[in-house]
Amino acid sequence: MEVTFRIRRQNPDVPGQEKPYWQEFVLRDVDPTDRVLEMLHRIKWEQDGSLSLRRSCAHGVCGSDAMRINGVNRLACKILVRDVGEKVQVEPILGLPVIKDLIVDMEPFFDHYKQVMPFFVNDEALPEDGRERLQTQADREQFDDTTKCILCACCTTACPSFWANGNYVGPAAIVGAHRFIFDTRDQAEKERLDILSEPNGVWRCRTIFNCTPACPRDIEVTKAIGEVKLAIRKGETFGIIQIDEVH
Amino acid sequence: MQVHKHDAIIIGAGGAGLMAALYASKGGADVAVVSKLYPTRSHTGAAQGGIGAALGNLDEDRPIYHTYDTVKGGDYLTDQAAAKILAENAVDAVIELEHMGLPFDRTSEKRISQRRFGGHTRNFGEELVRRACHAADRTGHMILQTLYQQCIKNEVKFFDEFQVVDMIVVGGTVAGVVAIELGTGEFHIFHGKASFFASGGWGRCWSVTSNAHSLTGDGAAIALRRGVPLQDMEFFQFHPTGIYRMGILITEGVRGEGGVLINSQGERFMERYAPSAKDLASRDVVSRAIYLETRAGRSIKNRGYVHLDVRPQTVNRYFAEEGRDRKDFIDEGTVERKLPDILDFCRTYLGVDPVKEPMPVQPTAHYAMGGIPTNVDAEVVIDADGAVMPGAYAAGETACVSVHGANRLGTNSLVDLVVFGRRGGMKVAEYVKGADWTPLPADAGGEIEAEYERIRGGSGKSRPGELRALMQQTMMDNVGVFRTEETLQKGIDDLAELRERFRTDLQIDDKSRVFNTDVMEAWELGCLLDLADVTARTAYERKESRGAHSREDFKKRDDENWMAHSLIYQTGEMSDPSYEAHFDKKVDLSLWEEEIEQGIPEDQQKFRPIERVY
Ligand SMILES: Cc1cc2nc3c(=O)[nH]c(=O)nc-3n(C[C@H](O)[C@H](O)[C@H](O)COP(=O)(O)OP(=O)(O)OC[C@H]3O[C@@H](n4cnc5c(N)ncnc54)[C@H](O)[C@@H]3O)c2cc1C
Ligand code: SF4
Ligand code: SF4
Ligand code: FES
Repeated sequence: MEVTFRIRRQNPDVPGQEKPYWQEFVLRDVDPTDRVLEMLHRIKWEQDGSLSLRRSCAHGVCGSDAMRINGVNRLACKILVRDVGEKVQVEPILGLPVIKDLIVDMEPFFDHYKQVMPFFVNDEALPEDGRERLQTQADREQFDDTTKCILCACCTTACPSFWANGNYVGPAAIVGAHRFIFDTRDQAEKERLDILSEPNGVWRCRTIFNCTPACPRDIEVTKAIGEVKLAIRKGETFGIIQIDEVH
Repeated sequence: MQVHKHDAIIIGAGGAGLMAALYASKGGADVAVVSKLYPTRSHTGAAQGGIGAALGNLDEDRPIYHTYDTVKGGDYLTDQAAAKILAENAVDAVIELEHMGLPFDRTSEKRISQRRFGGHTRNFGEELVRRACHAADRTGHMILQTLYQQCIKNEVKFFDEFQVVDMIVVGGTVAGVVAIELGTGEFHIFHGKASFFASGGWGRCWSVTSNAHSLTGDGAAIALRRGVPLQDMEFFQFHPTGIYRMGILITEGVRGEGGVLINSQGERFMERYAPSAKDLASRDVVSRAIYLETRAGRSIKNRGYVHLDVRPQTVNRYFAEEGRDRKDFIDEGTVERKLPDILDFCRTYLGVDPVKEPMPVQPTAHYAMGGIPTNVDAEVVIDADGAVMPGAYAAGETACVSVHGANRLGTNSLVDLVVFGRRGGMKVAEYVKGADWTPLPADAGGEIEAEYERIRGGSGKSRPGELRALMQQTMMDNVGVFRTEETLQKGIDDLAELRERFRTDLQIDDKSRVFNTDVMEAWELGCLLDLADVTARTAYERKESRGAHSREDFKKRDDENWMAHSLIYQTGEMSDPSYEAHFDKKVDLSLWEEEIEQGIPEDQQKFRPIERVY
């Protein structure tokens, strides 16, 4: 089949291309089961080497190639031509500054992630037998879903609350925090809930649900956010967290 | 050029680089991690099946069994003392990962869960053992995330999306590296006492591969150009089960859970090739079997692929035949729970649901056994006697210790990363305390900047994409699973022609500096061409079959003449290199020698190189 790509382009380094513009490319002999990433590669490798995008693994596990494809956030390597049709519009994800073509500045996104203490904390003495800490498989399952996150930013850059306010930590960071808050071995639940109950934390989420369908790892993002909200409320009730202290 | 000064420069932020960074900084070194990808994009995150360690949580197990399997799996080219260190340190390393928060799956005793994997046995080959510690089928993802998170916690300094393009060597000592900041196209010098290469593999030399687009062997190519020989380059592993045509990996864990390979006759053909281990024989054996089935006209639809079948009815039928306990039988839920990502890949890319249909698979270029030679402390060595290059370190897939010998066992790469990443990190911390700064030469970075400009100015007719595709095809056809003198010569000739076009006829469309992936891909292609070339050349010269290197004109392993590591050196001009291969680096057989010393009779020796049967 023949597919027409309409791609949003921009290059601050080339006079006349500093402002975004659209460019069309036509590809022939496209197989419906080809990945969109392969098509972007064909454009780059056969027609215009200056087309710029990030990618690495090509099978949806590294999180490099989030982009807006026909108006929806996708990983280009995890969506097939048959799912997007003969006319495909590709543009950078929204809410982060564009560096060039489909490449955006990811620093603000990673900064938000780093804010929520996304690391395991447990300062207790290690088991005396020198072996692993114990955990039941049931407890392990509690946070399984959020361990799958690959930090692709599909969710955060689909979130209207994030578009409205770039200081909102965003769904990806909350998912990152959830993974530790619900890990029975971790001990920094209170600190993380404190961070997330601040003005730019979970309460900016208006439960608009854009994030969940955007996630290429099928993480139930909104559910995770809901569980964190609930944990904060419980903390308030049971006095684990003194919200007054925070503000 | 901007100059950054840090005790230790770690090149790469996959499992090996992050482990080294953590331990070097814990040891007091001022560390900078320089990575062309954001750390969490590294290909360690794609590792699926598991990390091997003799924890013995489900079956009786011991590090010495793991050592034995590693040596045998490597077809006796493995350095035995190094394999012992690997297996022994694996236990601590995995426990330590758990202490860092890694969410392993759990047994009913709340301990780390383990599964079977190809070539991993109990009691010196007696029966398969559950040794691969796993977190569903995304163990590598969890390792990468956990290590990155610990680096954030320990405030390790990162230079993300900085691509290292050269190493600065002054009088035989490494004084740092040169990198391009991708976002601006500017050159930076990283001045360090220690430069630690953890830049991953080069599966992109081949057309069908499980490797990421970014796996272009930059570190190994840079080292080769700056006077470091590369070791055992002829040994590149083809994993038997890549998704047909795409190469995306289907973990061996599928077969670990009972999945079987089936040809067009409906036959479980591995029973013929490996009567005992069957589908879980070592990877080189299974990949060759698939090729031989294809040649015999028994691939599915005669298209060069076979079926991998993990449907519960199939698995349980064979379990019953083997007289396995009914409690081992699986149902759809088991498959869903243990292999969620595999199901997702097949459903997304093939429209095939593995709990209902078999998966079409073919061998896929997967793993570099060879690479930058190091000792067991990740110090780079530059000759057959193990002379160390001061300031140079390497670990992970880009390095060759050699624990994998001629063929790596599944789950042993992740072990390699954490074990030698950690040992290397500690060694670096110790080294930088005592070492002096090597002053930078006045022209540091000049040569590579000129090369960058040459590429950027390319106004010929050969696009990097076209040259790369041609290289990948010739490597697949001529330097693949089976090789002969004729195919290898063809490969060498094709590569020479491609190199010439790369040098004189490159076409670059993007002349800007900001995020110029056109130029960077071309530069990476240069690395791939160098590595493809030395692979074909060492393969040409090794006139025997061993592990992943299978010569149809020399079918047998020949210990008398070829029980040695290869080292290939670049000679001649930088712009027009030639290569020289030597086969004089001794294989360490110390465990076998100990057995001889102890007077253990030959038929009871475990580490004596014997013919491999599975
Ligand atoms: C699909 C798949 C599944 C696998 N499954 C398993 C498994 O189950 N068990 C197992 O043991 N092994 C497995 N392996 C093998 C194992 O995952 C890899 O060998 C291992 O992860 C390599 O890790 P590394 O740290 O050496 O390199 P990588 O994780 O590949 O990281 C390389 C790093 O180097 C950086 N880099 C590269 N070039 C440059 C440069 N020029 N400048 C700056 N930075 C650079 C990259 O940005 C990246 O951070 C699998 C491999 C694949 C492909
Ligand atoms: S549910 Fe919350 S986080 Fe998700 S898109 Fe809506 S506002 Fe954003
Ligand atoms: S939650 Fe999903 S969409 Fe959001 S960053 Fe993680 S993987 Fe991407
Ligand atoms: S390229 Fe890795 S997720 Fe798409």
